[in-house]
Amino acid sequence: MQAILHPWPWYASGPLIALIMFLLVFMGRSFGMSSNLRTICTICGAGKNIDFFKFDWRANSWNIIFACGTIIGGFIGAHLLSTDTAVDLAPSVIADLHQKGFASAGSAYIPDELFATSAMTDIGSLAMLIIGGFLVGFGARYAGGCTSGHAISGLSALQLPSLIAVIGFFIGGLIMIHICFPIIFGQ
Amino acid sequence: MKNIIYFILGIFFGIIMFKSEASSWFRIYEMFQFQSFHMYGIMGSALFIGVIGTYFIRQFDIKSFGGQSISIADKDKGFTRYIFGGIIFGLGWALAGVCPGPIFTLIGAGYLPMLVVFISALFGTYVYGLLRDKLPH
Repeated sequence: MQAILHPWPWYASGPLIALIMFLLVFMGRSFGMSSNLRTICTICGAGKNIDFFKFDWRANSWNIIFACGTIIGGFIGAHLLSTDTAVDLAPSVIADLHQKGFASAGSAYIPDELFATSAMTDIGSLAMLIIGGFLVGFGARYAGGCTSGHAISGLSALQLPSLIAVIGFFIGGLIMIHICFPIIFGQ
Repeated sequence: MKNIIYFILGIFFGIIMFKSEASSWFRIYEMFQFQSFHMYGIMGSALFIGVIGTYFIRQFDIKSFGGQSISIADKDKGFTRYIFGGIIFGLGWALAGVCPGPIFTLIGAGYLPMLVVFISALFGTYVYGLLRDKLPH
């Protein structure tokens, strides 16, 4: 029981994610989180002018309900099923991030420098969140899916388009971390 | 009734996303630095089971809970949209340290600045819809 309160190892987490995917498949659905962003745009009225958002969002209401559950799950995971949420990173990564100004590396779940409420007054942190969020939303829809839809569902079904998308995810991520970050953080 | 099941599955997914640390900006950074097996282990083991399970569902025409045939739709063929969209997504994934699942998870965990990421992601989705006809697919 105590083990549940610690971070879950990859060999428990990965199969559980696959289990969620299969339970949705057996309910006649497919696993994909980013399509909720499109559905929410439609609910907010984006379909008035743009064809891409003209569809009956009720067909996707199951996924919106799933996402609401995910929010509750995040609360439970963080506040009821965790004692210490600090992420046990590789020492080399902690040293590297400390050098880049992320002093919370090694002692937090996500960087205080970006996600503490006080970070909202820092223009640089705010810019990272706004630009990052925008790229995630835009890129996921352009590619027709995100990590759940392509990297898990799509690759499980051996879909070549998903493999191309996942290769793209990694090209983008590697460019950001190895080319953009050293420029942004001046190293 | 079905909606309650979706809700419970969502709760379960949110817990997994948080407890696996797949929602941690730090873990995403570490993954792109190739300094830990953790994230690769999560995706690799999910895929290992996913590929085998999907194969059996297709091979033996396993029925859904409702008794219908399960059809796992093929993705539309193409290259441009997947590679360009993928790269743009990857840039954001590494910068904000979250993909869409963890955005919901971390809002629930109580990180209010994640709402900024969420609204920006909605805006990004909206702008894609706006420009879709002008973008190469």
